[in-house]
Amino acid sequence: MSVELDVFVGNTTIMDKEVYQLWLNGYTVNDAVKVRIEGGVMEECEASAEVLLSDTMDQYRTFQMCERLLHHPAKLANQLLFQIPPDRQAMLIERYYAFDDSFVREVLGKKLSKGTKKDLDDVSLKTGITLKSCRRQFDNFKRVFKVVEELKGPLVENIRQHFLLPDQLARDYAAIVFFANNRFETGKKKLLYLTFQDFAFCAGQLINNWTVGAVDNMMEDMDVDLDKEFLQDLKDLKILITDKDLLDQHKSLVCTALRGKTNVFNEMEANFKNLSRGLVNIAAKLINAKDVRDFFIDLVEKFIEPCRSDKWTSIDVNLYLTHYTNSAHILDTFKYYAVWTRYMGVIKSCILRMYHD
Amino acid sequence: MPGKLKAKIVAGRHLPIMDRASDLTDAFVEVKFGNTTFKTDVYPKSLNPQWNSEWFKFEVDDEDLQDEPLQITVLDHDTYSANDAIGKVYIDIDPLLCSEAATVISGWLPIYDTIHGIRGEINVLVKVDLFNDLNRFRQSSCGVKFFCTTSIPRCYRAVMVHGFVEELVVNEDPEYQWIDRIRTPRASNEARQRLIFLMSGELQRKIGLKVLEMGGNAVVGYLQCFDLEGESGLVVRAIGTACTLEKISSTLPATATHPSNSSPSKDMKEPGFGEEAPGVPLSSGPPTPLRAQTFSSFSPSKSYSRQSSSSDTELSLTPKTGMGSGGSAGKEAGPLKALLRQQTQSALEQREYPFFPLTAFPPGFLLHVGGVVSARSVKLLDRIHNPDEPETRDAWWEEIRQEIKSHAKALGCQAVVGYSESTSICEEVCILSASGTAAILSSRFMQDGPLDTEHRLSRQPLCVFSTGSERVEGDMGSSASLGFEEVVSPGCGFCHIPYDELNIPFPAQLTYCYCCRRYKVPDVLFTTIDLPTEANVTGKGCLIQARLCRTKKKAQGEGNATVISNLLPFLEYELHTQLMNKLKLRGMNALFGLRIQISIGETMLLGLASATGVYLTALPSPGGIQIAGKTPSDITYEQHISNMQKKINDTIAKNKELYEINPPEVVEEIIGSPIPEPRQRSRLFRSQSESSDEVSELDLSHGKKDAFVLEIDDTDAVEDIHALLTDFPTPAGFYSCNTEIMPGIQNWTSAIQMFTSVRVFRLNASLTSQGLNKIFSDLCENLLKSLYFKLRSMVPCCLCHLNFTVAIPEDELIQVAVTAVAMSFDKEQLLENGKQSGEKTLIKAITENDEQLQFNLELNAETPSPNPLSSPKGLSEVGSHLSARALSVDYSSFADRCSSWIEQLKLKAHTIRRGSVKTTSSMEKASPLPEGRSRSLRSNRSYSGSSVAVVKMTPLSFIPGAKIIKYLGIINMFFIRETTSLREEGGVSGFLHTFIAEVFAMVRAHVAALGGNAVVSYSMKECVFMENPNKNQAQCLINVSGDAVIFVRESELESTSVQTQSATTHTSNGAEGT
Repeated sequence: MSVELDVFVGNTTIMDKEVYQLWLNGYTVNDAVKVRIEGGVMEECEASAEVLLSDTMDQYRTFQMCERLLHHPAKLANQLLFQIPPDRQAMLIERYYAFDDSFVREVLGKKLSKGTKKDLDDVSLKTGITLKSCRRQFDNFKRVFKVVEELKGPLVENIRQHFLLPDQLARDYAAIVFFANNRFETGKKKLLYLTFQDFAFCAGQLINNWTVGAVDNMMEDMDVDLDKEFLQDLKDLKILITDKDLLDQHKSLVCTALRGKTNVFNEMEANFKNLSRGLVNIAAKLINAKDVRDFFIDLVEKFIEPCRSDKWTSIDVNLYLTHYTNSAHILDTFKYYAVWTRYMGVIKSCILRMYHD
Repeated sequence: MPGKLKAKIVAGRHLPIMDRASDLTDAFVEVKFGNTTFKTDVYPKSLNPQWNSEWFKFEVDDEDLQDEPLQITVLDHDTYSANDAIGKVYIDIDPLLCSEAATVISGWLPIYDTIHGIRGEINVLVKVDLFNDLNRFRQSSCGVKFFCTTSIPRCYRAVMVHGFVEELVVNEDPEYQWIDRIRTPRASNEARQRLIFLMSGELQRKIGLKVLEMGGNAVVGYLQCFDLEGESGLVVRAIGTACTLEKISSTLPATATHPSNSSPSKDMKEPGFGEEAPGVPLSSGPPTPLRAQTFSSFSPSKSYSRQSSSSDTELSLTPKTGMGSGGSAGKEAGPLKALLRQQTQSALEQREYPFFPLTAFPPGFLLHVGGVVSARSVKLLDRIHNPDEPETRDAWWEEIRQEIKSHAKALGCQAVVGYSESTSICEEVCILSASGTAAILSSRFMQDGPLDTEHRLSRQPLCVFSTGSERVEGDMGSSASLGFEEVVSPGCGFCHIPYDELNIPFPAQLTYCYCCRRYKVPDVLFTTIDLPTEANVTGKGCLIQARLCRTKKKAQGEGNATVISNLLPFLEYELHTQLMNKLKLRGMNALFGLRIQISIGETMLLGLASATGVYLTALPSPGGIQIAGKTPSDITYEQHISNMQKKINDTIAKNKELYEINPPEVVEEIIGSPIPEPRQRSRLFRSQSESSDEVSELDLSHGKKDAFVLEIDDTDAVEDIHALLTDFPTPAGFYSCNTEIMPGIQNWTSAIQMFTSVRVFRLNASLTSQGLNKIFSDLCENLLKSLYFKLRSMVPCCLCHLNFTVAIPEDELIQVAVTAVAMSFDKEQLLENGKQSGEKTLIKAITENDEQLQFNLELNAETPSPNPLSSPKGLSEVGSHLSARALSVDYSSFADRCSSWIEQLKLKAHTIRRGSVKTTSSMEKASPLPEGRSRSLRSNRSYSGSSVAVVKMTPLSFIPGAKIIKYLGIINMFFIRETTSLREEGGVSGFLHTFIAEVFAMVRAHVAALGGNAVVSYSMKECVFMENPNKNQAQCLINVSGDAVIFVRESELESTSVQTQSATTHTSNGAEGT
């Protein structure tokens, strides 16, 4: 004796947020039922496990049927099959495209290819996120990537319009797409202390300042790729470390400005040349795609780590970078102010964001 | 007479990819009506083609316009091979033929394929130009309005009710034609769909003709059914009530009417004494084992009553004691009877039936209710040889209707209301069933019309009857003027018995009406109609179901028919007993909306009786249930029995509290012929052999088996009691009924949720009848439990119009389908007297909204939402509550919300409870509600963002808080879906889930295309599901119907509501946009 068929269809599609989340998390029906029982919904509603199972299966089926629409969220609004109130639609989409920070950290900057997808079971094992959920999140990244890759106009705006995502989520996706496109290395051990939000912040900075779109909105391919011209120009900054006079002058300007204002003045003074070399070398190498990938690891190795070992506080870092940037403008023989500002603005905010434990 | 049908194909969207190479489609459209076909150009390489075609014009007879659907086929052009069909759209253009309905069909309609389901949408425009007033022409019946609603539609007034119309057409089922062996499943399905469309159209046209002949202009309560007889053919039949309707131009409240409590009698207290009659049903007509067997019964026991409204006293056929006019009334009775008889006779000759498929009536129309009458007949199907001469099927129904009529007559009634017909088919055996409620109707609506009486008299026999009652009425009027009669409350009148007290056709205990104290009422009343709005009811009602499963031997042909017809009386009897016991267990005394369904399978029979139990104030209080043991010697047994008895008594007490049944316990002497002992209680009818007062049912009992029957009966009885006690009580905050409305609840919010749920259960072992019973009963109970759970966010709410359908799709499978609507209501107002109804004072509304505001804010604070939008949304929700309460179901995370609310509301309910006592009036015993559930959560939709119009669906004839301003025509759709990749589509559940969702979507789309924003009186009349998991195949047929309407929120009509109304306005306007 068994229930062979069991369906419930409402004129307005009934969806339980809790069950939806369980489904998104990749729980099997039985696991989801267990979670719900533990959640106490049974006592509240005088239901039995049987009822819960039936309800869960039914909801799961509804979600599966909706899933294909969720792949193209715009369709959800003008499809006829499910009558779903708009606020519900927004919820469905938002949650479907939501992702786990721990998952995204694993794939951030990797090529969104089949190969990566094959490795998802390792990721699942490592993060404790179900494989199903990993796949959904990965496919979401890939889907968004494919759609916006070809589009003109601002990246965040494109994502928001095509996937009807709320602003913050759209920004996060922009970061993911940007990282995937530029293949930034984020998985090295030294970078593990950084959260996705750290990277997303940096991505935002890069997108807003270093891409073609940052200068000209109408350009093609704008937001996903770094501005080649700018990268080319960065090579000119090398003069700051190759010209000995310039380097010394720069150092003395910064030291004068900082004397007495920081507890780590001595260390700073001792390390100035190293730090400056580090930052300028990063700038000069960015023209090579391979070095772009190492951008974050370079920042950590060349700047953050030395500072940290000298016990700088982030106030110290902020102070140093502010004066370091500004002092360059006073240098007599240094002419690349615009490039320098554009470069250092991003570097400064990235480093400040990344400067934590 | 010709008309011109015009169609324009505008565009398509979301088309499937038909060309794998390009991932695109080269789509074009064929538009076909009758034998004429037009084509659009091919729109190459697009999934969203813009055809923007010219107007395709079809010049056709209006007869064809009524019969034929417009058939739109979307195809993919293929240069080298045959064009591939993407899917089809059938458009019923009937709504366009009636001047008062829709004028244009315009909108996105789903493209449907019987194998793939919905495959994109197509935007079309359809119009009809009729050249003349076609009502003069007899082959067509354009202009006759059809309503599925089983009451007078909300924006119409019944000028006259003409009577019963029925028709059936038969044809060969394409699925069983020889050609089916060589054509594709798709072709076969499409042939079937098209044929049924055609047959429905033809049927409707023929019924329309009958209506025109009778002088009517509309059919109300139109009920169309299919009998898939397999090899022997396909029958489409319909019944309805012909009326002359007049559109009401002024505004009329669209909400349910409220009980009118103005009668003086209502203040009289009804005594509650525990007298109880052993209401025993009596089944008559033992089946004869003929090739065509008929079996019939009327379940008389319960239901008789009649009303004495000032105008009809004379109708009582008996002299009344203590009434001055007794003599004259007695005299009156003779001629009336004769008249009635005469009328029946003439009706009989003319094959007319005083039947009304209506379930709700204009005030004053229904005078007395006799009781349920039903008839069943077992037939062997044979091939329909000549589709043009469907006499056999006609004759079968004729037979049954005659029987119904004679049952009604036996109850002293001239009419049958709440009438319906149904069939159950298994292989070549078919059970035809008909049931209704015997009643006496006022002649008013048959006379007051603009048509002169002469005219009608010449037309239809019903008028003979009306004249009869008219005469009576006149007499009565005179007696009233003499001062013998007083006005009697309409709230109890319908309960007064219509039959001769001294000549009761079945055993019943009569007492004087507990409302007016003047006329006799039965102890229990069973009916198939909705609870009359003016009825005086104590407390609330609830759904009561009797479920029964009986095994039977496999047999063929005649033998099978014999076995079935032998089983039927027992089945009916037991169902009746169960109903009775469950009714008493809930402390109630009347059933409304009774529907008994009997399904046959190869090895079993299923019986399901559903009804809504209520406590009618006019009827005596039901006694309890007494268990009688057979061997008083055994002490443990005694103990067991007394335990059981205690449990039962406790349950009754609990139920009385739950349903707020607390009639005043005024002791009064009983006057009436068969006076029952005050203490007498009804027995559990199991051990019949020992109950001396149940002689009548002994006729049915199994004579010689008595010796061991006793023992079996005992265990049976124990199980019955268990079954009684294990019925799952409705969870707090829920009510359920199978009628349109629930007594005691008026303040509906606009949150409604219509749903369909289907379950199929596989039995794998050979089971005893008892085991089967339990399984079947559990199946229904579990289904209900699931529904309550699913809809918990709407609490407090009532599941209305719970319509269960059972079937045995194949051996060892039981299928139960439910369609109903969940409606939320405001708890606070419950506590006040129902009378003040919808129009609440502004102040009240405001305070209420304040509370709501608090709740919502709390919620938002509590639920840590990842959604940054949620708090502003919450606020907008509140905003809309303030204004219009145009809301929809809420789906938001109930779980976490509920808990905190309940706390709040417990407190709240407590305080309110105190206040409420004062406001309680004499009639509505509004007792404090124990459950502390809040009103439902409702979220508001902002419709502006969506391009798809919202279409509400409900099986009820109204939409709470809204006014129906226009009926756009009937929706009657038939779909077949088949798959050969069952597993890939998510198994049987996935397959059916998708299909039902698709059917809903198509209904909504067609309604929106007609310009409507809701379907009322929606029903799923057929859901035939067949599977073959081994072959990975399944097939399902669904037939749905309803009335497409335009409604506006009442709040929009009022000028008072000032606040944010935009959301609401969208609701009603949005639909018309597309």
